[in-house]
Amino acid sequence: MTAGRRTAAGAVLLVLVFLLAFGGPLVSPYGWDETDFAAFRQGPSGGHWLGTTQSGRDVFAFTLRGAQHSLLVGLSAALLSTGLAAAVGTAAGFLGGRVDRVLMWGVDLLLVLPSFLIVIVLAPRIAGGWPVLAAVLAAFMWMVTARAVRAATLSLRDRDHVLAARFLGVGTPRLVMRHVAPGLASLLAVDASLNVSVAIVAESGLSYLGFGARPPDVSLGTVIADGQGGTTARPGAFGFAAGLLMLIVVAVNLLGDGLRDALDPEAGR
Amino acid sequence: MATFVVRRLASHAALAVLAAGLGYLLAAAALDPRAVLEDRAPRPPEAVIDARLGALNLDDRTPLAERYLTWAGGVAHGDFGRTCDGEPVNAELWRRLGVSLRLVAPGAVLGGASGVVLGAYAAVRHGRAADRLISSGAYLLPAVPVFVLAVLLQIMAGEANDAMGMRVFVWVGESTPGASRGALWDLADRGRRLLLPTATIALCQLALYARYQRGLMLDVLHADHVRAARARGLRRRDALLRHGLRTAIVPMTTYFAYTSGLVLLGGVFTETAFGRHGLGEWLVASVSRGDVNAVAAIECLAACAVVLASLASDVLAAALDPRVRAGGAP
Repeated sequence: MTAGRRTAAGAVLLVLVFLLAFGGPLVSPYGWDETDFAAFRQGPSGGHWLGTTQSGRDVFAFTLRGAQHSLLVGLSAALLSTGLAAAVGTAAGFLGGRVDRVLMWGVDLLLVLPSFLIVIVLAPRIAGGWPVLAAVLAAFMWMVTARAVRAATLSLRDRDHVLAARFLGVGTPRLVMRHVAPGLASLLAVDASLNVSVAIVAESGLSYLGFGARPPDVSLGTVIADGQGGTTARPGAFGFAAGLLMLIVVAVNLLGDGLRDALDPEAGR
Repeated sequence: MATFVVRRLASHAALAVLAAGLGYLLAAAALDPRAVLEDRAPRPPEAVIDARLGALNLDDRTPLAERYLTWAGGVAHGDFGRTCDGEPVNAELWRRLGVSLRLVAPGAVLGGASGVVLGAYAAVRHGRAADRLISSGAYLLPAVPVFVLAVLLQIMAGEANDAMGMRVFVWVGESTPGASRGALWDLADRGRRLLLPTATIALCQLALYARYQRGLMLDVLHADHVRAARARGLRRRDALLRHGLRTAIVPMTTYFAYTSGLVLLGGVFTETAFGRHGLGEWLVASVSRGDVNAVAAIECLAACAVVLASLASDVLAAALDPRVRAGGAP
């Protein structure tokens, strides 16, 4: 597939997933937190489109609620981590000297720390639901990008138009915003889009292990973990959640890879 | 070569020590063993809890710095302290490390090797059906998270069992509990139980390696030295294998360090999915129990593993590529 078609396919898929996750519950006959005492462990029917769980909850509504949770966490974690990477990377590259050394040393240290283990340790203490979870995930996802941003900033800093602006007396903040940031835009856009899938998989992984989303709230990870026990008997709940998760990841990857190839002609192959 | 290794070792070791210390501080600050003890059904008296926490160096009323120094002093002597149950962490740590390694190592090796082969093959067949098949597989497979892949394989194995009418695929536990039926049978039984976890880890690894190796191999396909080798009269296959693949594998060594972290992480999920009592399962349980010493020990081990892997990749790169040796840090 060409870069343009991949980007478009990814974007369309992602929009469809969003429509399903946020529009589906509106048309579903049951809410995600409703319990139907007349139907325990039932197969798909007109009332329950994908059947019910052991405790009488509607699988369709329940899973979509999980997808909403996963999407929200993934998007906000990706935006946060890319923002952090941009801030740290440009600061290190542009200011140089001691600031650069300290920041890059911190990056090295965080890279050696097994970040997923740290998140697991911190997760039980997280209060405040998904925004905090997104922030914690983002805190351990920005390091490699920060290095790339720093390298790009270093090369941009010495370009003629930036030097010219500097000699004309343009202040540092304005210099960064007007002349360096546009050069970084493609790198950051690609990074943010690829980070979404990393964050979504990390979030559902945490929830799968029992950290992350707290009951009664659900995430795709908790649905998958619940489905694991009864998969052979009724694969519906597991299949829908796993399929949705994989669809999101594929869509986001298509979008990110397409963007990368479209913005960077050398990477296209 | 020796000075190169020593220099890398020193800077990496400093990072590992720092990372391990930070890991302990984070665990000690975030976990709350006191609350876990207080939650026991007949609530123990305050004095008993205090005495127990004090003996295990877990008392949140002693300053964090003091607890850290006690812990670090122990670790310097190779002692990771005791778990909440009062058992020494060391014995459990090594036992569980063995379980994890036996679970993860075959899959990681198999996945890495076949990934490199598949990627190189796809590059040589650039644009043909085989390349398309491998490329799209390598694109879709990483979209399946480890824990989904593990469950999918279990479902498929269950279906296969039903279809054949006997339990060919078994995956829970390392070996059949109960009486042994001879060494050979035990070995076969262990192997049979390793089948699915190995496949899970290998598939995850394979896709990443294949994708990366294909890109690298495409780069060298038309490189001058490969062309020169062909001009000297080597057959295409020999030129590609001996001269192309060798240079294309060098950058993979850096990648090897990166994926070792992923293997570690994948281990946590595969252990949970396949019911193995390895490090990952222990970590999850220890975090819920507020077992600071156990969690810190695992983090310490993980930091060391990452550092060792990156050191190994440095040495490997230096062994394969003389330019790295001469130029110092790449």
